[in-house]
Amino acid sequence: MSERVLNSLRGIGQAVVNGIWRLGYASGFFLMILMRSGVSFRRPPLTIKEIYTAGVLSLIIIVVSGLFVGMVLALQGYETLQKYGSSEAVGTLVALSLVRELGPVVAALLFASRAGSAMTAEIGLMKATEQISAMEMMAVDPIARVIGPRFWGGVISMPLLAAIFSAVGVFGGYLIAVVLIGVDAGAFWSQMQSAVDFEKDIVNGFIKSVVFGVAVTAIALFEGYDAPPTAEGVSGATTRTVVTSSLAILGLDFVLTAFMFRGV
Amino acid sequence: MERTIHLWVGIFVCAGLVAVFILALKVGNASATFSQGDAYTVKADFDNIGGLKVRAPVKSAGVVVGRVDSIDFETKRYVARVGMKIDKRYQFPKDTSVSILTAGLLGEQYVGLEAGGDSAMMKDGDVVSREAHAIRGGPGEADRPVPLQQGGGRRG
Repeated sequence: MSERVLNSLRGIGQAVVNGIWRLGYASGFFLMILMRSGVSFRRPPLTIKEIYTAGVLSLIIIVVSGLFVGMVLALQGYETLQKYGSSEAVGTLVALSLVRELGPVVAALLFASRAGSAMTAEIGLMKATEQISAMEMMAVDPIARVIGPRFWGGVISMPLLAAIFSAVGVFGGYLIAVVLIGVDAGAFWSQMQSAVDFEKDIVNGFIKSVVFGVAVTAIALFEGYDAPPTAEGVSGATTRTVVTSSLAILGLDFVLTAFMFRGV
Repeated sequence: MERTIHLWVGIFVCAGLVAVFILALKVGNASATFSQGDAYTVKADFDNIGGLKVRAPVKSAGVVVGRVDSIDFETKRYVARVGMKIDKRYQFPKDTSVSILTAGLLGEQYVGLEAGGDSAMMKDGDVVSREAHAIRGGPGEADRPVPLQQGGGRRG
């Protein structure tokens, strides 16, 4: 009996120590990426190729989701706002929710599942097929040559994707509210413009998307780099990337929102 | 292949920047906000500011002429001191009356300026004096927004 209790206690302790160890390892890895990212800027073609894989290939899912999220926001917002006789405020509702929250957060969640998982799988497989060790043998630094460009490609792509998501979403809201339902176009835009503030809303949303970009890309690369070199290991790492980065996005979003919008 | 990738990345970056510009100009009001250099600051004391917030508009005759820049508590006379940044293009006489008004039924609160008759204009850093308000009474017309709190101490 006491043996069982002791064992379970040992298990908990081991899990905690492992978690802390992984956190430390991940932080060291992150610092290493930053320190060795000179190559990513000295050889732009490397980074540009990664912007293509992470950003351009995610464009379709971002544009389509943004359009539908904007349209749904307009439908739901109109439904509720017309009860209070202020259906023109639907533009404000769509724009504020997209720019402040949904744009950065949903774009980051999509980015994590579309680009982050691919990054993890790619690097995990490179490790499993010993391409990374081969690079080390040839005195090529894999962090500078493979990880760095992917990191910067992701960090550059993410804010652009979030901005595209928000802009397309506002257009979707316009389509539903003005074109389909017939809200006055002038009131739609002017109420939106008077409510959305450049510094408070748009810049803060942009900062959020940059933070999410750093978090998602760093998590994806770390999970790939740390994956056990087996088929099972790579699949587990890919799953962990999506789960961990989604949780990180939502947690960071709460923290950032608490700092940025305190109703002052 | 390399060329196509660069072309697509170029298109992507352009699309992203265009989206940022659309958000800034069409959705947001970046074009309407004036820079800090083109504004002067005027302060006014209120007994009670109600729900007034920083960045609330400052309006005169319904036109936005500035924004609320700061709200502080003044410990000498225990009043709220509201700092307003007003566009340099709009000069107001020294005896302008300042009041906090509400727009609409559920609307936000804003600061209303009503120009007086003084020939001297307000300068940067001026505090609207209590005597200036005493000249003007409460609002006259019925269709005007309801003043929540008249600037200055003595009312009525």
